[in-house]
Amino acid sequence: MTRLIPLFAFCALVGLLGFGIYWNSRHEMSEVPSPLIGKSAPAFTLPFLYEPAKTLSGKELLGKPYLLNVFGSWCPTCQFEHPILTQQIKPLGIKLIGLDWKDEPDDAKRWIAQFGNPYDALITDRDGRAGIDFGVYMAPETFLVDAQGVVRYKRIGMFTQENIRDELLPKIAEMQREGGR
Amino acid sequence: MKPALMKPDSMKPDSMKPDSMKPDSMKPDSMTASSIGSVLMSSALIGTVLTRSAPMLFARFAATVLLFLSAIGSAYAIDPLPFKDRAEEVRFQNLTKQLRCLVCQNQDLADSDAALAGDLRKQVFDMMQAGKSDAEIKQYLVDRYNDFVLYDPPVKPGTWLLWFTPFVLVLIGAVVLVRIVRARARQAVALQAGAKGITQSEDDDW
Repeated sequence: MTRLIPLFAFCALVGLLGFGIYWNSRHEMSEVPSPLIGKSAPAFTLPFLYEPAKTLSGKELLGKPYLLNVFGSWCPTCQFEHPILTQQIKPLGIKLIGLDWKDEPDDAKRWIAQFGNPYDALITDRDGRAGIDFGVYMAPETFLVDAQGVVRYKRIGMFTQENIRDELLPKIAEMQREGGR
Repeated sequence: MKPALMKPDSMKPDSMKPDSMKPDSMKPDSMTASSIGSVLMSSALIGTVLTRSAPMLFARFAATVLLFLSAIGSAYAIDPLPFKDRAEEVRFQNLTKQLRCLVCQNQDLADSDAALAGDLRKQVFDMMQAGKSDAEIKQYLVDRYNDFVLYDPPVKPGTWLLWFTPFVLVLIGAVVLVRIVRARARQAVALQAGAKGITQSEDDDW
């Protein structure tokens, strides 16, 4: 029996490594979970893309949930996400705010003119400071913020049919249940 | 487990660049076939003319020079930041070396050329100017980007396994080793005693 111990130890090690491979293949390892989930969204006051003299602040958005979609005209994945925003996110009826991140306003306007505007409001973060406050490190990223201004969910990367169904919709349902009480 | 704990820090892209190969891995025979830079080309050319040991020496020399040059080349992604003195610059570099770039996740902020890394370096610099301590700056980034921005994960219950498993394993190994050594010593004593024809079975438990 004692002679078998090294064999058991080896099998245990193989099992551990196998689990590691399985786990890593099921998870996107470059995704950094946001520390903002469950906390108040960082304060921001940012100019509108089409009316740079006017600004939108996080405070003005309190009272109703909203989705903050971080995009840029320089971001290829945002082009792929764009039709999904139009066809699947917009019909959900949640306010959709576009945050044009680290981008030239003229480029952003061209981009919107070319693909269409799915956003209820379009604001710009040219130097990326607000993006840093939100912990944005790539585009697209989308934050779901509830009526109290608390970040409920963050999507890193583009929305797909699967993650809308499996992640976003349950979160929205959860918010609505809480609101109904 | 958090992804931060899974990233081997030794996997920095820099260490995988072909021009940072170790000198020992460059044999003169393979040099003629795959010469990387002009230095290696010339060494290979000379190698066909000279004796066998000379190109070997030259190849080693060339490889060392290349290694040295590549080390200089990959030092920093430099932004023109107006440091007020050398000490401040050293502090900035030390700090940004401990912070991870979120875009190229196996590079530190000091090294990374990503646009976001540039923004974060600027942020770190601005906070230094505002008189913030290193700990405050790190906390600022952790609040936004998670512990993942720190190359060294902080010691807390969630990371105990990560930090202490190696020591526990060494401890277990030491205990096993001591037990084996003692058992063998006892066996040797018993064998010796047996050879002399003395039974020591009662003395075994010393």
